[in-house]
Amino acid sequence: MLHYAQEQLQGDYYTRAFQAGAQEDTLILNMGPQHPSTHGVLRIILELHGEYILRAEPVLGYVHRMQEKMGEVKTYPQYLPNMGRVDYLHALAWNWAYVLAVEELLQLEVPERAEYIRVITCELNRITSHLLWWGAYLLDLGAFTPIMYGFADRERAMDLLQIITGSRLTYCYYSFGGVTADLTPQFIDGTKEFCKYLRTRLPMYKDLVTDNMILRHRVDDIGIIPVDMARRYGVTGPNLRGSGVEHDLRRNTPYSIYDRFDFEIPAYEECDALARYLVRMDEMEESLSIIEQAIDSLPEGPVTPPKMPKVIKPPKGEAYGAVEGARGVIGIHVISDGTATPYRIKLRSPSFSNLSLFAEVSEGILLADAVSILGSLDLVIPEIDR
Amino acid sequence: MIKKTPKQSTLQGIKSLFVGLRVTGHNFVMPQITTHYPRQEVDNLVTYRGHIELVPKEDDPMTSKCILCGQCAKACPSNCIELVIRKEEVEPPPAAEAQPDADKEEAPPKPAPKKKVKRILEAFILDYNLCSLCGQCVQTCPVDSLEFSTNSYLAGFTREEFVFELLERMRKKYKASSSG
Ligand code: SF4
Ligand code: SF4
Repeated sequence: MLHYAQEQLQGDYYTRAFQAGAQEDTLILNMGPQHPSTHGVLRIILELHGEYILRAEPVLGYVHRMQEKMGEVKTYPQYLPNMGRVDYLHALAWNWAYVLAVEELLQLEVPERAEYIRVITCELNRITSHLLWWGAYLLDLGAFTPIMYGFADRERAMDLLQIITGSRLTYCYYSFGGVTADLTPQFIDGTKEFCKYLRTRLPMYKDLVTDNMILRHRVDDIGIIPVDMARRYGVTGPNLRGSGVEHDLRRNTPYSIYDRFDFEIPAYEECDALARYLVRMDEMEESLSIIEQAIDSLPEGPVTPPKMPKVIKPPKGEAYGAVEGARGVIGIHVISDGTATPYRIKLRSPSFSNLSLFAEVSEGILLADAVSILGSLDLVIPEIDR
Repeated sequence: MIKKTPKQSTLQGIKSLFVGLRVTGHNFVMPQITTHYPRQEVDNLVTYRGHIELVPKEDDPMTSKCILCGQCAKACPSNCIELVIRKEEVEPPPAAEAQPDADKEEAPPKPAPKKKVKRILEAFILDYNLCSLCGQCVQTCPVDSLEFSTNSYLAGFTREEFVFELLERMRKKYKASSSG
């Protein structure tokens, strides 16, 4: 017969730290690590009183892969493929943040055409990320059909990205000073067609889902994140814009060539799940318009800088690259000690900040609404754990 | 631009349910868009980037373009490339020895020419278990001796099946293509 220590019977470290002993009338529930609505291995310990949540505590680290430590043992180019694995949904934004930081260290000039290609591909990737969030969120809320439509459209965008990057999810496409492959005519024509096609699909999404009465009841006035709470936790991206703050790095501190395009930063003032939902739906349209503008003004020229150092050995110093990802501000801080290996790499992932406010938001709400809130935050677990 | 979320009246809400049904009904009569693997296959595999393959020389398809510089193995983040190199001493060509005969008297006898060491690629081993398909090796190769395969239906039962000997694969592929 197995013998357990008294301690072990009371659960693992997190459970014991969460609450010592049972309380009258409350129930402690583990949501995850294998829960259909956490999309990955996120675990949340909940203390329930009936259907109401008294307390919630996210437990992280199930997919911790030491991405930051890995940066200290690999050379600069060798760390590139890691970026696609941090956030598999918006891999190109992570690619971009890293090359941006290293380019600053190396004082590398990026050719015009490469900048345009980066904008086009990154926005296309943002659309695929939002489409997946859209499908998965509605799946959490109990609607099965939308994910099929979302995936069918996402598939087209991924086919396009596959033409130039060779992969479908964990892209490793940007290189220091440019991109690894030039656009092909097939990609350009396909993207133009895709933009037109998705514009016909978005009204269908609106009819089917956004205007739907059942969805409205699940998201309207649920999970209010006031601006000050969002600021306290460092929330960025669509979640912050859903709280009525027009903050977007593409507009506020334009990196690359984003200042050349004409686009809106959608924001809604209601601070609820519906506002965050609508921000993302509007953002897809804005991304489409950025792609169309970029393709129309795509210059000719090389996609890598003319003079590339053979071995990448940035001088001593540090640099910070920040871009607007599908979930918020992605920041990468690279410190160089003059060797071919970075001294330290710090990754700032938006999902980590976005998740941390969940404990506060979920106090006193219904368990079913917690699922709706989690989905509306658009969390990507590997990005939280890194 | 900070907007307000549009509000919905109950009547609009009820109408939305019928609108949704119309969308679903419309899609019900649309043609199927899924691919029924294995009876059908997707048509965009040419752009798929699978594991790497060696590229043969144009004039001699049995040897690869590789110049054994080892840069790919060094660039690989996951250390999955291993080059097995055999060193062979080659006799200097006889023509070089015959030449000094003409001016034997004046010039002091030349030192015997150094034996050259030729490096031959015995095997090019790729451990595909570790490969992250990042493409660093293909990008660093100075003579374009590596390319991506489009092998997307790769499957196996053991880890050992995914350790490839690329030189042999390249030769086999050529033999198969020349005989068939
Ligand atoms: S693709 Fe990347 S991981 Fe794979 S063998 Fe080449 S360098 Fe190594
Ligand atoms: S980089 Fe190219 S030439 Fe050099 S060893 Fe690798 S395959 Fe051969």
